[in-house]
Amino acid sequence: MKELVVLSGKGGTGKTSIVGSFAALAGSKVLVDCDVDAADLHLLLQPTIREEHEFWSGQKASIDKKLCTRCEICETVCHFEAIRDLKVNPLSCEGCGFCSRVCPEHCITMRETMAGRWFVSETRYGPLVHARLGIAQENSGKLVATVRQQAKQIAEQQGAAYIISDGPPGIGCPVISSLSGASLALLVTEPTLSGMHDLERALGVCHHFSVPALVCINKFDINTDNTRKIESYCLSQGVQVGARIPFDNMVTEAMVRGLPVVEYARDGVSRQIEALWWRVSELLTE
Amino acid sequence: MIISVASGKGGTGKTLVATSLALSLRGRTRVQLLDCDVEEPNDHILMKPKFTGSEPVLIPVPKVDESRCTYCGKCAQVCAYHAIAVLGEHVLTFHQLCHGCGACSYLCPEKAIAEEPGEIGVVEWGHAKGVQFVQGRLNVGEPMATPVIRKVKERAACDSIVIIDVSPGTSCPVVESIKGSDFCLLVTEPTPFGLNDLLLAVETARELGVPCGVVINRAGVGDEKVEEYCRKEGIPVLLTIPLDTEIARLYSRGIALVEGMPQWKESFLRLFDGIREIVVEGTRSLKR
Repeated sequence: MKELVVLSGKGGTGKTSIVGSFAALAGSKVLVDCDVDAADLHLLLQPTIREEHEFWSGQKASIDKKLCTRCEICETVCHFEAIRDLKVNPLSCEGCGFCSRVCPEHCITMRETMAGRWFVSETRYGPLVHARLGIAQENSGKLVATVRQQAKQIAEQQGAAYIISDGPPGIGCPVISSLSGASLALLVTEPTLSGMHDLERALGVCHHFSVPALVCINKFDINTDNTRKIESYCLSQGVQVGARIPFDNMVTEAMVRGLPVVEYARDGVSRQIEALWWRVSELLTE
Repeated sequence: MIISVASGKGGTGKTLVATSLALSLRGRTRVQLLDCDVEEPNDHILMKPKFTGSEPVLIPVPKVDESRCTYCGKCAQVCAYHAIAVLGEHVLTFHQLCHGCGACSYLCPEKAIAEEPGEIGVVEWGHAKGVQFVQGRLNVGEPMATPVIRKVKERAACDSIVIIDVSPGTSCPVVESIKGSDFCLLVTEPTPFGLNDLLLAVETARELGVPCGVVINRAGVGDEKVEEYCRKEGIPVLLTIPLDTEIARLYSRGIALVEGMPQWKESFLRLFDGIREIVVEGTRSLKR
């Protein structure tokens, strides 16, 4: 079983539209949405939720005012300035538990918080594991690890050939959690200076975690000079460009209908995405 | 006044809005732009700043003096992040899991653990086209963006209009960037993905008690549902930018909208006036 993760660095380059199309094109697979704080894949795949689980994580300190002698040791030791006037600011508390361990009155307890939910769903393309991180909650990396782990189990049970994962933007904690140990990363970029800058950093993370990468240039015709620059950059890095996809409003029209674009339109963009999938599946079986 | 520019969904035009808002305000008031999207900072591409200073972002990570260590395992037991482990007569530390809380060092009975600064990123500052500019960059391979964001925000100037460019999403880096703002501008696009993520972004701003308004970018591309939602929820739509290949081309070349198409300056100034009205009204009603 091989795991593909679709990343980009910069947001809004077309990760989810491509994963939605891969869902329609790939053979036996399990789909997973690792963008747990702004998940969109379900809007294309129209899942029916079969299982719903709570995600408990990330402790927060809580001070029992009745026992507190106002010694303020907790305020002094906290490295995150999360305690002020003997009140815990839950948005700053990182749940390290330092305060509760040093409190001489033992009046600080650490409480688990419900930081989100995760789901196992059925779609017409196969199983989808997805999640919703609670608003303003932490530990997105751990929730990503949870959904990936679940997808792996289902894939093993069903003998699926692929896990196809829609990754988050950026290069931080949830991206690292989506990427580490995957078989291949598909990096979706666009020919803007921002897209190029972010691609370099995303590729840096792939190198750092030794995951092979393949690049796809989306909306390549917005700036063909930049597209050429991306291609020569990829060449210099020894990374293949798997597809150049033109800008087409079909992609948005398909999204509005709640369909993967390859099921909405037959030519242009869809042809390129099909070719990209064949390239990806070749690399995954190599 | 601090205005953060966020979105939920990535790629909706936060950078475009933050840079053009800053550039429109220069000359009228002191203005500062903070790029808090430290995972993928992009404002510098459009602003082309001259940096005059920089500072590494350090978090305290444990350094174990094994000559004093008795391998009692207390450090591993107190670490909430599994960043330190004791295996037989070895202590292993995993810097990328460490949050720098200091508990292991303080609670070590042998005082064998010192807190040593470890670099996770950098903050740079300077000026760009009449705007004070600060940005943070997280080192590639490092997971934790929030300490870098905190360092960027420490440089916010109280005598200026401060504009914060926020990363996409709704989790810790977004909360760290938005919190303390007087207003949160949410940039979206009129598509199902744009709407879904706008809902999450609105909830985040509300959770933080920050009033918000919306900028609709690439208007005309999808459907009417974002506008319907804003009308129903009473969220003001303060600026609409149409889908225009010329705007996309300018952005692709790293040219700020108000520089490539100066006719947009008026719209951004109106956007700012709209924000100020809401913030002033909010302060008044608080005083009442």
